[in-house]
Amino acid sequence: MWKAEIRITLKEGVVDPQGKAVEKTLGELGYSQVEQVQIGKYVELVVNTPQRAEADRQVDEICRKVLINPVLEEYTYQLVEVL
Amino acid sequence: MKFAVVAFPGSSCDDYLYVLKEVLKQEAASISHRDTSLQDAQCVILPGGSSYGDYLRPGALASLSPIMDKVREFAKEGGLVLGIGNGFQILLETGLLPGAMLPNSSLRFVCRQQTLKVENANTPFTGCYAQGQIIQMPIAHGQGNYYLDPASLKKLQENNQIVFRYTDEAGNATEEANPNGSVDNIAGIINQGGNVLGMMPHPERSCEAALGSTGGLGLFQSAIEFLAERVKA
Repeated sequence: MWKAEIRITLKEGVVDPQGKAVEKTLGELGYSQVEQVQIGKYVELVVNTPQRAEADRQVDEICRKVLINPVLEEYTYQLVEVL
Repeated sequence: MKFAVVAFPGSSCDDYLYVLKEVLKQEAASISHRDTSLQDAQCVILPGGSSYGDYLRPGALASLSPIMDKVREFAKEGGLVLGIGNGFQILLETGLLPGAMLPNSSLRFVCRQQTLKVENANTPFTGCYAQGQIIQMPIAHGQGNYYLDPASLKKLQENNQIVFRYTDEAGNATEEANPNGSVDNIAGIINQGGNVLGMMPHPERSCEAALGSTGGLGLFQSAIEFLAERVKA
C-alpha cells in the first residue's frame, strides 16, 4: 500500500483572496517581514497496491482529473509506503 | 420535455420548475444527476444551490456525475445549456466554458439585487433584451470571482462571448459595481458555439415583480422563442 501526500497550491499569478486577508492580518499583528501568504490544500489518500508505479499512475491521474482545477491550481505529491 | 433541470445533491431545482411551469407555462421536469439520458429535452438547466456542499471546489464533484457526459454530448450537438450560479461553476469545471471561480474578493457571501448590462443580445438566451440594456437580478454567492488568464480573456472579448457584466445604473463596469472581484466585471459568458451560457446572477429569482425585480424574465422568454423558431426551421 502507498500513501499519497498531495499538496495543492494556486498557480503563479492567480490572486488568492484568503492568502491576502491572512497576510493583511499578520501585518497588523506586527509581522512586518511576512509576505506572499498562499493558502492551499493538503490531501492524503492510500492506494491499495503493492506496486509503486501503479500507485504513482493512479495518484497522478486522480490529481489531474478530480483534485485540481488546472485553470487555478497545480500539485505535487510524494508516495510513502504503508506497511 | 422542453426544459430539463438537473438535480444534483444540494441543488435548488424547485425554483426553476416553479418559474418554468407556473409563471411561464412551459413543459419542464427535473432529472437526476445519476440519470444517463436527457430524454427529449431541448434545453438543459444546471441549477443554482451548493451541489455536494461545495466540497473540494464548487461544482467539481457535480461535474463528474454520470449525467454530465450526456450534457457534454448535448452541448456539442448544439443543444441549449444554461448554468446558473452553481450551475455556472459546474460548466467551468466540465470545461464547457473557459475559466474558473475564486472566492469573492471580499471573502464575504454576497446576497443582493445587482445591476447588470446585457453585453450581447444576440444569443439564444438574450434575444428578448436590447443590446446594452440595463437590468436587475439578484446575486447570492460566495465564490463568484470569475478568473481567466489575460490571453484567454482577450479571446473571450474578441469573440463577443461576454453576455452580462456587473455595472452601475448608468451601465459603467466600475470597480464599485463589481460585487465579487470578477475579471472585467464578468457576470455571464457564452461558449464559442453560442449555445452554452453560464452566469452567476439568478434570473429564476427575478421573474415576478413581487420578488423585487423582473430582469430575469427576458432570459427565459428568449430561450422559449429561440426553441420555437428552431422547431419551425
